[in-house]
Amino acid sequence: MARYTPPSQSRLGQIVDVVVLLAMTIGSLYIPLWLKLAGSDQTANIPENPTWESLGQNPVMVEKWTQLGYADPASAAELITSRFDYSFSVGSLLAMIVVIVGYYTIMLRFSEKEYREVITEKFNGD
Amino acid sequence: MTDFDITSGEADGMGPRGAKVGLLRVLGPAHVWALGVGIVLVGEYMGWNFAVGKGGAYAALIACWFAGLLYSCVAMIDSEVTSTVAAAGGQYTQAKHIVGPLMAFNVGLYLVFAYTMLEAANAITVGFLIDTVAVMSGHDGLDQRPFIVLAIMFLAWLNYRGVLATLTFSLVITAIAFSAIIILFLATSPIFGGDVLRHKELITDLPYGWLGILAAMHFGLWYYLGIEGTTQAAEEVRSPARALPFGTLAGIMTLLIAATLTWYVCVGLMPWEYLGQAGVPLFDAARLSGSTFLMILLGIGTLFATLASANGCINDASRAWFAMGRDHYLPSWFGAVHPVYRTPYRSIIFLVPIALIFALGAPLDQVITFSILSGLLEYTFMPINVILFRKKWPLDTIKRGYEHPFHPLPAIVLLCLCGIAFFAVFLGYGTQLVAMIVFYVIVSLWFHFWRYRFVRRAEQFTMPWPRPQGY
Repeated sequence: MARYTPPSQSRLGQIVDVVVLLAMTIGSLYIPLWLKLAGSDQTANIPENPTWESLGQNPVMVEKWTQLGYADPASAAELITSRFDYSFSVGSLLAMIVVIVGYYTIMLRFSEKEYREVITEKFNGD
Repeated sequence: MTDFDITSGEADGMGPRGAKVGLLRVLGPAHVWALGVGIVLVGEYMGWNFAVGKGGAYAALIACWFAGLLYSCVAMIDSEVTSTVAAAGGQYTQAKHIVGPLMAFNVGLYLVFAYTMLEAANAITVGFLIDTVAVMSGHDGLDQRPFIVLAIMFLAWLNYRGVLATLTFSLVITAIAFSAIIILFLATSPIFGGDVLRHKELITDLPYGWLGILAAMHFGLWYYLGIEGTTQAAEEVRSPARALPFGTLAGIMTLLIAATLTWYVCVGLMPWEYLGQAGVPLFDAARLSGSTFLMILLGIGTLFATLASANGCINDASRAWFAMGRDHYLPSWFGAVHPVYRTPYRSIIFLVPIALIFALGAPLDQVITFSILSGLLEYTFMPINVILFRKKWPLDTIKRGYEHPFHPLPAIVLLCLCGIAFFAVFLGYGTQLVAMIVFYVIVSLWFHFWRYRFVRRAEQFTMPWPRPQGY
């Protein structure tokens, strides 16, 4: 089997490749942030005129909040009542599973094709 | 059986074929331990506590142990493969020899992004800690950015100047940071006469039920994320077959202890609602203990843990980037070794601005999530990797420095736990998960149809192994 000889890449081509890779990387990580789609939904159900009792805090908890700098219940109310929203649809869960399984499937198939070329050239090449 | 010398100068491990200089083999098992624990120990000082926010105190403990099981599987699998594939790039080089080039390219990117994002998260924490201390001493409104930039630039310079000094620095500050956790535990624990912990009054039921336990797995990974980075030092340790398994397995044991102690002390000192959103929870725990000595010690511990972690991350990310450059997966310019310091200096410098972009422009929990997602994709690759490794080169075909027991049970357990962790990330951070996987699909197509044409085929396979079975 003939050995594969790669073409040489110009300096400009190398720079372009790095720029493309960086743009894809930063884009994929920052786009959800820019679109404000990143992070979990949190809701805070703050009662009117909150007291430590209405926030469900016992005396030891109150002592700790005070030590942490939250001297009155109003200042700690948002932290205490904040909750994540874990509701989701089965459709979005299935979509995620398809995306993950599809990704690994594509990658393993392409990798296998490339790997066979490597092994053939490595062990049959001489 | 092929009995080969994995430190051979003829094989992978001493730079590219025809290279004049390679990386220096100067590290021992303690440095490997320091690299692994040094990167991860910061997870006890910040970030793990978001698991408390996602599911409550008990959920975080259960997540801590399940994540510990996940990482024990990672360490066992990694130790076997790495004790055989002793070359810079770690899992990237493993994938290149065992699965194929495209998988290797993806794994290389997982490593670079997991470590670079972790480095950014560490720098953010340095800034936050300094700001907290400034506020406590009456100086409001401190600009954190100069401290973030300074931390990253100083550690990049240290990495540029040489691996031995870098990891010796990590060894010392990691040991101090780990000792600080032990001292905090001893000083507050009722076993030794302390009476400040209030578990009974502070721990509540599960606020989100069992779903919260699953959700907590997301940040439960943060207790240990990065321990697999020990393999990046493979080309710079004196005895890879001995030092890598020893350093990695000792590292995961250290972290299991540190994680449990950290949880125990923190949930006994502050309400879970605060702990779940705290920026520097161990420092806060020390403040609440009422001891000025502990507060100063844990402040120093937090600073050292973040610096050690960022230091190790720069080391590991640059090795992975360097290894990909050396193989022409990326422009070969990155595959250069410094003629004097023998470090991958171009890769070290190149990754600095990327870390800065995220450290200065993204919130901490998002940066951590990016890091965790890259790590999670990497852990999902590992069971595939070890199953193919055993299939292509059964135990009697090549000599291993370490053989992990009960194969394929650890691989199956790891795969199942990765599935749970993906679901945990999906609960709240599904958009990032899909965005990141779409990125990897696009970049895989770019590599397969464009970039791979510049790669020599046979030269990627550098280990002196026999032909894989089935090929």
